[in-house]
Amino acid sequence: MSLNYDLPEEAVMMRDSVRKFAEAVIRPKARELDEKQEFSPEITKQMGELGLFGFCIPEEYGGNGIGYVPYMVAVEEISRVDGSQGATVAAHNSLGIGPLYYFGNEEQKKKYLPPLCTGDKVWGFGLTEPDAGSDAGGTKTTAVKDGDEWVINGSKMFITNASTDACLGVTVQALTGTRPDGKKEYSCFIVENGTKGFEARTLHEKMLWRASITSELFFDDCRVPAKNMLGKQGEGFHQMLDTLDRGRLSIAAMGLGCAQGAYELGLKYAKERKQFGQAISTFQASAFKLADMYMEIEAARNMLYKAAWLCDNKRDEYKVLSTMAKLYCSEVAHRCVNHSLQLLGGYGLMKEYDIERLYRDQRLLEIGEGTSEVLRLVISRAIGCYKV
Amino acid sequence: MNIYVAIKQVPDTEASLLVKDGVSINETDIKWILSPYDEYALEEALKLKEKIPGSTVTVISLGPNRVESAIRTGLAMGAENAIHIETAEPFPDHKIIAAALGNAIKQDAGYGIIFMGKQAIDDDSYLTHIYLAEHLGIPVATNVIAFNHDNGKVVVEREIDEGAREKIEMSVPCVVGATKGLNTPRYASLMGIMKAKKIPIKKLSLQDAGIAQLDNKIKREKLYAPPEKPQGRIIPGEPEDAVKELVRVLKEEAKVL
Repeated sequence: MSLNYDLPEEAVMMRDSVRKFAEAVIRPKARELDEKQEFSPEITKQMGELGLFGFCIPEEYGGNGIGYVPYMVAVEEISRVDGSQGATVAAHNSLGIGPLYYFGNEEQKKKYLPPLCTGDKVWGFGLTEPDAGSDAGGTKTTAVKDGDEWVINGSKMFITNASTDACLGVTVQALTGTRPDGKKEYSCFIVENGTKGFEARTLHEKMLWRASITSELFFDDCRVPAKNMLGKQGEGFHQMLDTLDRGRLSIAAMGLGCAQGAYELGLKYAKERKQFGQAISTFQASAFKLADMYMEIEAARNMLYKAAWLCDNKRDEYKVLSTMAKLYCSEVAHRCVNHSLQLLGGYGLMKEYDIERLYRDQRLLEIGEGTSEVLRLVISRAIGCYKV
Repeated sequence: MNIYVAIKQVPDTEASLLVKDGVSINETDIKWILSPYDEYALEEALKLKEKIPGSTVTVISLGPNRVESAIRTGLAMGAENAIHIETAEPFPDHKIIAAALGNAIKQDAGYGIIFMGKQAIDDDSYLTHIYLAEHLGIPVATNVIAFNHDNGKVVVEREIDEGAREKIEMSVPCVVGATKGLNTPRYASLMGIMKAKKIPIKKLSLQDAGIAQLDNKIKREKLYAPPEKPQGRIIPGEPEDAVKELVRVLKEEAKVL
């Protein structure tokens, strides 16, 4: 009888390699890109060369097929240094590449996946709308069949990786009719960048993830060929939910990485900073903060890796675990950036110190891909709270 | 061309080292890495392989079991073969290390260029590449900051005193001792790491590598950390008095004036 908590040796090597890359390539540029609100296609391409895109995609489509556990480790290591680049990796893999691979047909996979897996191109995922966030059922974007084409009208909000020349296209969910049971019917479509009637505009002046590109999508009588439907008509809602279940893993990994990065910055500073003639890490008020951070990060990491392991082993329980991991990791990150910034005091408020950026980067994690409130609803439903 | 890269596993630059028994470090909880100068050597070897079709890069290392992870890193970066000369413990006589490496390379295949770091960042000996060339009877360039291979000849630039450079030409086979600035080593890609896992490592004993008896001519007497820096001292008082006191301290206590 044995329980093994060791990461595979290759995953440890991957962590080393990704950390080295993040420290050498991303850290020196992160502050400037954040300040200038600049998405970097170069870094995206370099992350592609490192192998950070296509974790669950077989080699025949250009992926590396190594699974969710190493994917978590990679997102964690990038996010430990910078939330923006972590967001590019998480969104492109889970939301861009994921649905194309899981629901696309052979022709679509062969056409789109290879350039997405190299990092030459990125792909957006259009679910959220200006008036439909947590209530995804409130989607207003429509697609109407006209001969051999679908005509899409509507708009999407807060879409990562869509308004850049590096964007190859987007997956968009639209209302396509009414199901036999009277409920709304949703389907997903592939819309290539440059399609007439489709426009993606960059959203500027974000508080965080400023070097990740966030867009608003507009569809104005946008016509796509019928073969651009992803999967079958009416599967859109299920496809989106499935994508979000898996996507939560990567947001959890971003939270874990952010927490780890904040903890390390806090510990280093507290050991160096002297007040009243001694390092502030020797004051219990500081030391206990660091002890709490260390403990919670350990718990968060165990929960996330377990969820990823369940996902790799195609076990359905991963859905609740990924929900809990996303909720927990993002809230641990909240507490860690808060403690760490407190340890840095006034310096923590200055842009010169990375904790200032991590503090901002953390905030989205409790909102995107399921708010903490919605996630608590999902968990409480799963344990049967409302079936009395 | 069969290109070889001799690599060494060393403690991470950020590891805090403790002396165990007066002559060696406590290896518990140390994170081990590929010596950074060897990364420059490996990168140059990989670039050369890409330039000369049909070339192979073999990494070779000597040391205990743990060395295998440095070898795997070398394979993950892009080497396709590996040799591990297994020893129970590391030992300090670089002449023997070089002889074992040289013998193993000689019996492996016809060798072209052998790259290695000019030094390992743990013992800073700057010896092995020179001994290796001597053992094989081939030329060596140390402190190499630029490398070029054309028409069967090697031209390197060596960094010498105060950043001045010396350009030399060598015949092949030869040994190149790489220094910082030669290139920017690539990162081991995740695909490379997966591929490296499947490559068999050729294991040799010291006897296999032609070292019948371990006749160390060098013995480490003592290993010790530098003494801790004494605390700075602040001389209080008005500037005029403080300066007087400072001069007195420098004269009488520090005896530097």
